[in-house]
Amino acid sequence: MSKRNSWLNRCLTPKTSLPAQVIWSASGLAWVLLIGLWASLSYGGVVPAMFLPTPGAVFDAAMRLARDGTLGPHVWASVEVVMVGFVISSVVAVPIGLMMGSFRVVQAFLEPLVNFIRYLPVTSFVPLFILWIGIGLEQRVSIIIFGVFFQQLVMIADVSKGISKDLINASYTLGSTRRDAVLHVIAPASLPGVLDTLRVTMGWAWTYLVVAELVAASSGLGYLSLKAMRGFQVDVIFLAIAVIGLLGLITDQLFRFLRLKVAAWAQ
Amino acid sequence: MTPVAATATPRLRVDNVTLQYKTPSGGTFTALDKVSFEVPDQQFAVLVGPSGCGKSSLLYLTAGLAEPTSGDIYVGGQQVDGPGADRGMVFQGYTLFPWLTVRKNIEFGLKRRGMPAAERKEIVEFYLNEVGLRRFADNYSKQLSGGMMQRVAIARALANDPQILLMDEPFGALDSQTRLQMQQLLLKVWEHSKKTVLFVTHDIDEAILLGDRIFVMGARPGRIKEVLDVPIGRPRNLDMVMDPEFIRMKRNIFHQLHDGPDDHAD
Ligand SMILES: Nc1ncnc2c1ncn2[C@@H]1O[C@H](COP(=O)(O)OP(=O)(O)OP(=O)(O)O)[C@@H](O)[C@H]1O
Ligand SMILES: [Mg+2]
Repeated sequence: MSKRNSWLNRCLTPKTSLPAQVIWSASGLAWVLLIGLWASLSYGGVVPAMFLPTPGAVFDAAMRLARDGTLGPHVWASVEVVMVGFVISSVVAVPIGLMMGSFRVVQAFLEPLVNFIRYLPVTSFVPLFILWIGIGLEQRVSIIIFGVFFQQLVMIADVSKGISKDLINASYTLGSTRRDAVLHVIAPASLPGVLDTLRVTMGWAWTYLVVAELVAASSGLGYLSLKAMRGFQVDVIFLAIAVIGLLGLITDQLFRFLRLKVAAWAQ
Repeated sequence: MTPVAATATPRLRVDNVTLQYKTPSGGTFTALDKVSFEVPDQQFAVLVGPSGCGKSSLLYLTAGLAEPTSGDIYVGGQQVDGPGADRGMVFQGYTLFPWLTVRKNIEFGLKRRGMPAAERKEIVEFYLNEVGLRRFADNYSKQLSGGMMQRVAIARALANDPQILLMDEPFGALDSQTRLQMQQLLLKVWEHSKKTVLFVTHDIDEAILLGDRIFVMGARPGRIKEVLDVPIGRPRNLDMVMDPEFIRMKRNIFHQLHDGPDDHAD
């Protein structure tokens, strides 16, 4: 086996591409190890079943809740809140963030305020929101917006700040107006960075959702696991966590796919 | 605006232009000091000079992307006040829009102007042919070499049919082989279009090969030291770099650039 072609050797070389089988095997191995560790700890009786359920028990819990029709509505309740909160936040944050990174005056106006609010812990606002809005869907949506919006603003402003001035100048020498420069240079040039920002902040939206559901909700995966805690159903808690993880994985893949489709030029 | 008879109006007139930058220490740095010159219609004018003598600054001022501290610039008799499609520019770095294909890059200015699609297509096809990129029309810029990107940049600027084409060391980042090909291509394209050009370069060979008139600049402060007309006929070709006239001129400019008391040889 020549040294240059050995895949083991390639694995140890920084920034080298690898055959797809090797990539998939490595990804699969991580899951096998995680589930293997879990199985040996739980089936082996190292950790009592009251604290750590077996994979089989979690699977049974999933079947049980799916069959009695409680899992679906909880999943949907969570997905709905995340979607509504995330979409509202993004629709406002993307244009304002682009303006903030492109126009010095917008930046001067918003930046101090945004950076102040951005560091306030979202959780400390939960009681206030409950007082103001109650414990309905609006409350949970508000917490997601509050947690995600200001972070999105700053990250998207950075994306548009990073666009080369030369590109904008080139567009001016081609007859662009300032409006053209915003619509036909800044906006398309920011697209890959904006999609990356959305992908990252989507993960945070899920985190805040669960925070909101743990405190005040009557449905959703966070509520499901809180209720399970009270009934010592550790298998259901694990189920809720696994479902949230899976949903996160799916949305992440959707964003990757979207970026590949609409910003292929930047791959 | 000065009322001058149309025939006598130079395509570009730079009138007593001074450009100063503020230094971080609070002083001023004079990048261009009372620079005046003219470029008549259909002339290929070249600025040569050491690094930092204000060549790029002068092009940015002409393009309207920056404002002189004092003095005026006129293009086609109109005072420059902000950028516009009548002054096309090819930049020192690569400035293709990476989210657009070669074709769409060339089309960019025409679209901004609201030209109908059929007319746009005709112009784009013409310039794709001119710069030899037909086969790459639907590629994105990351799939192009440096030389190809600059060819697109030239086509994109010319597609707008500007009054003057400003070129800031467009081949500066290319290897010498590609550079020669690009010079040859530019000579051909220029023979077809006879555009007025203001071209910046470090390279004396490039200046003589391409230019009708050469402005030799000096640094600290940036100024025009010498104006030289190139006594070589057109059409030009790469062989002419061996002509005795060419070599005489090259020696002349070389001494202009490197003998000055205040200039760095680079
Ligand atoms: N924004 C700026 N602020 C301060 N000084 C500047 C600025 N831009 C340019 N300068 C200075 O002005 C001088 C002229 O710059 P310019 O870029 O026009 O030179 P150049 O002849 O194009 O150089 P090069 O051949 O390296 O491209 C340089 O000394 C540069 O340091
Ligand atoms: Mg320069």
